Amino acid sequence: MPSDRPVEARGLVKRYGPITAVDDVDLTVEPGDVYGFLGPNGAGKTTTLRILLGLIRPDGGEARLFGRDPQHELPEALDGVAGFVETPYFYPYLSGRKNLELLAAFDRDGGRARIDQLLQLVDLSGRADDRVGGYSQGMRQRLGVASSLVRDPRLLLLDEPTNGLDPGGMRDMRRLVDRLSGEGITVLLSSHLLAEVEELCNRVAIIRTGRIVYEGMLADLRASAGTNRYRLRTTDSRLARLTLLEHSDARDVSPDGDELTFSAAEEEVAAISRMLVGAGLGITALVPEQQSLESFFFELTEGEPVEAVA
Amino acid sequence: MTGALVAYRWELRKLVAQKRTYIGLGAAAVLPVVFVMVMALQKGGPYDAPLGHNLRRTGLALALVVLNFVSRFGAQLVAALVAGDIVASEHAGKTLKMILTRSLRRGQILTGKTLASFTYVVATTFVLGAAGLIAGSAAWGFNPLTNLSGVRVSTLHTLWLSVAALGVFSLPLIAVAAFAILLSTLTRNSAGSIVGTLVYALGQEAIAGLVHQSWAKHYLLSDQFDGWHGLFMSPIDWTLIVRAAWVSALFAAVPLALAYGIFKSRDVADD
Ligand SMILES: Nc1ncnc2c1ncn2[C@@H]1O[C@H](COP(=O)(O)OP(=O)(O)OP(=O)(O)O)[C@@H](O)[C@H]1O
Ligand SMILES: [Mg+2]
Repeated sequence: MPSDRPVEARGLVKRYGPITAVDDVDLTVEPGDVYGFLGPNGAGKTTTLRILLGLIRPDGGEARLFGRDPQHELPEALDGVAGFVETPYFYPYLSGRKNLELLAAFDRDGGRARIDQLLQLVDLSGRADDRVGGYSQGMRQRLGVASSLVRDPRLLLLDEPTNGLDPGGMRDMRRLVDRLSGEGITVLLSSHLLAEVEELCNRVAIIRTGRIVYEGMLADLRASAGTNRYRLRTTDSRLARLTLLEHSDARDVSPDGDELTFSAAEEEVAAISRMLVGAGLGITALVPEQQSLESFFFELTEGEPVEAVA
Repeated sequence: MTGALVAYRWELRKLVAQKRTYIGLGAAAVLPVVFVMVMALQKGGPYDAPLGHNLRRTGLALALVVLNFVSRFGAQLVAALVAGDIVASEHAGKTLKMILTRSLRRGQILTGKTLASFTYVVATTFVLGAAGLIAGSAAWGFNPLTNLSGVRVSTLHTLWLSVAALGVFSLPLIAVAAFAILLSTLTRNSAGSIVGTLVYALGQEAIAGLVHQSWAKHYLLSDQFDGWHGLFMSPIDWTLIVRAAWVSALFAAVPLALAYGIFKSRDVADD
């Protein structure tokens, strides 16, 4: 049944022998999102995207693209959807333009008229009639994006689009994603670079050894990453700990040398400081922990191991 | 245009752009010329080959005699060279993920590849025929032919029969190509598919040599490469030709059905 929701995946599972590459993955991408699919090498990003594109069959769960199932309704489920996994590849003995013409023909000629304009967009006009065999990786990556846009998609699935690009190329690719999103295309892009996702995306799913460990707005991730953990030094650490545990909503109170760390909402912290002073303690330091989004990301993706072997 | 035709057209364009394609076509064009040159440098010749007694008397026999020579090995190799590569190369080149995420069905794409392979096989056969006709008549003239029953056939009639013979010869070659497509789909390995196809063709030849019941070998693929001989008998032996047609069709249909089954459901994650 067609729907407006670009991606809805529930409980996706894909096993390769003893490895569970994708383990119960849920994804929800809403129209207009630039959705970051973030995870370290081998986390299962590409495998998930392969399932979405109908290239492989999941062992469990189901996916919907605009309400259609890429496992059973190809090629219709890919109507309005374009993308590729890993590095794009083309026929090396054909020119860039011929490759795009071929793909446009495989799209039933929908985008043939747009090819020149797209070659210009990805800055390949000058080399369009050269054989792809002589293209650099960055050129192939750009041709890959052009080949997706030939389909005039409403949803673009990009697997590490800046992979292998030089800094300038990465910047251009990010600008392009930004621009496409501005034109109303929903984008799901995988990355192992937090900074990239921070720069481009509004929503994010973090995957680790096949499992989603965080899913939500990037803003909420920022909130949970840095601001709610505090470090406290007082004149009596033991008493301070008892006070926190018994009279406040502080969570995860843990001693650290002659200091304490705890989690609490910002309003709560103000109350805590008054309470501590009221209990006769002198506060020598009460500061938010400087945990960056980055270290939070590493904690999520590298913390206690998650059993990945079935 | 249907999806399969779109795929077919582009598969042809891809073949035209690949060097591999010209190995077979080039060999087919050169072989009759080499044959004439070798004949010119020596006295005798393969006069005992079917229609071989016509050599040096009419150029019309050349292509047909060469068909006998390539029917054991060369033609199969040339067919395998392209058909054994046609799916495997998409795996090796990692292009399958690009074309399978467009608007054509997997079945349509494989149909395009199959038709393109068959077209190549037929084209190679006819290139051999054309080169044989040109080289042969340049060397030995454009004279009537004495057929396998010892009856003289006019030049024009021989020409028509030769065209038909090339067509009949293509049939078992198409079946060989179908097997190569199956291996190409199954193994995803171009070289392996080419070698495997040759083993398959030579294996049929070997079995045909081993079985004593002549009726059994009539239903192997190897025998169908001689089906066109029926055209050069008086009267025309339709049994040979009809058998070549249906046995080849059977030997093509089974591998193709298997290849479709694999190609349609296979996971594409090999890059
Ligand atoms: N075809 C396959 N056969 C066997 N194992 C596979 C296959 N494809 C993926 N895997 C395994 O599944 C896991 C997830 O791989 P995947 O390629 O999806 O990760 P990824 O998140 O895309 O990683 P990267 O950032 O390196 O691209 C890995 O352990 C990988 O080895
Ligand atoms: Mg990957």
